[in-house]
Amino acid sequence: MALQSLDIKRRSATTTPSPQARETLEVAKLIDVSACIGCKACQAACMEWNDIREEVGTNVGVYDNPNDLTAHQWTVMRFDEVETDDGGLEWLIRKDGCMHCEDPGCLKACPSPGAIIQYSNGIVDFHEENCIGCGYCITGCPFNVPRISKQDGKAYKCTLCSDRVAVGQAPACAKVCPTGAIQFGSKEKMKEYAETRITDLKERGYDNAGLYDPAGVGGTHVMYVLHHADKPALYHNLPKDPTISPTVSLWKGITKPLAMAALGAAALGSLFHYVMKGPNEVSKELEDEMEREDERLRALEKENAK
Amino acid sequence: MIRNPRDIQRYNASERANHWVVGICFILLALSGLAFFHPAFFPLTQLFGSPTWTRILHPYIGVVMAVFFLIMTLRFARLNYIAQRDIEWLKRVGEMVNGDDHNMPEQGKYNGGQKMLFWGLVLGMSLITITGVLMWRSWVTVPVGVIRVASVVHAAAAVFMIGLIIMHVYAAIWTKGTIRAMLYGTVTRAWAKQHHRAWYRQVTGDKR
Repeated sequence: MALQSLDIKRRSATTTPSPQARETLEVAKLIDVSACIGCKACQAACMEWNDIREEVGTNVGVYDNPNDLTAHQWTVMRFDEVETDDGGLEWLIRKDGCMHCEDPGCLKACPSPGAIIQYSNGIVDFHEENCIGCGYCITGCPFNVPRISKQDGKAYKCTLCSDRVAVGQAPACAKVCPTGAIQFGSKEKMKEYAETRITDLKERGYDNAGLYDPAGVGGTHVMYVLHHADKPALYHNLPKDPTISPTVSLWKGITKPLAMAALGAAALGSLFHYVMKGPNEVSKELEDEMEREDERLRALEKENAK
Repeated sequence: MIRNPRDIQRYNASERANHWVVGICFILLALSGLAFFHPAFFPLTQLFGSPTWTRILHPYIGVVMAVFFLIMTLRFARLNYIAQRDIEWLKRVGEMVNGDDHNMPEQGKYNGGQKMLFWGLVLGMSLITITGVLMWRSWVTVPVGVIRVASVVHAAAAVFMIGLIIMHVYAAIWTKGTIRAMLYGTVTRAWAKQHHRAWYRQVTGDKR
């Protein structure tokens, strides 16, 4: 088996269970939005550790740079200027990227065995060598995270530095964050730490401060501390109650085996119909009638030829 | 075997070629599509070179099929208008499946079942082509909500069409003397008189 810290818990397009005897610690990254200063050190560290460089783009009038996630940019700082009720301004900065859902929509939608896997520590990882580039992961994702590369047609996203985590290191972004806004550890520890942050924020007047660990996707292995946890949409449209879309569940759920069974029954039913009822043949009576007609015409022809 | 010169032509060469282009495309699309439909069929991707090649080729084959299916539809649509006798035929289809066609009403070039199949495939092809284009990320970008609905409809239309084609193929095998019509174009007079008597009378002028 692979490194214990990379034991595979779930595998895309696989109908039998993955090895489950060993249990590893569930990990999580905690992003404390209230402590983020928007320096983008995390973006730089991500590019450096993963050896990815997005091409230099153009400024579109916001601080987001590049202005979206790409196959070469697995995390992006999202800057939102929000007007408060009393006419003030709040600058909300959210580090966007894969949320590493406990119930990943990408993995559910993926048709290629082993292209998307979930480690027992909770990290959801793409194995690009098995990726066929269909983009179903994008269709399945509730957070609009995966991107197809224009270079090689494969899907990419944040790996939560699974390679670093496998050997007991924190993800590059967490390691480099100068304000401690990105923490990494066991999911339990991160929740405990979040509580202290939320208490602090509440004391400072943020009554709605809270943890973003949405239950609709079984919780996530990237969590946020938000000062306005009641309005996650303020943070660049972070969904309030994300779930795998019911359309995707219908597409990937029980309907598939049922449809397969129905088609199998149609094929087998046809065979047994043939065997039990016999073919639908032309009646002997009609065949004889046509044969007599043929003979009559042949005789007539001979007569005319004389 | 020398064919009887009195056999009746049911399909000309161009119609036959058209049908088989569509048929070959359908088989390739069903095999590649099933590979993505359920993991049990994923090994079918090996028939197309690799899983990634299967993903690349599937939509292009779809375009070829859509074009040739459209031509075929225009060719055969008029012959497939539903008439009263088709409804009578459909009401009695149970007897026919049971092996007794003595009470079946007289049929033109196509019987009620064939016409239902034709319009079913027209519906299926329309849905599957439109949704397939919407899912084609290499060329088309639409909102994810649209892609999600398209993905469900695409899969459902595919199952619907594979089901219809299983019926179509089986009906051709079950009804002896039928497949040759699509292979070299002719059927025997006896076949025509038994299965499509009105059409038989129309093409032969035989009043009986």
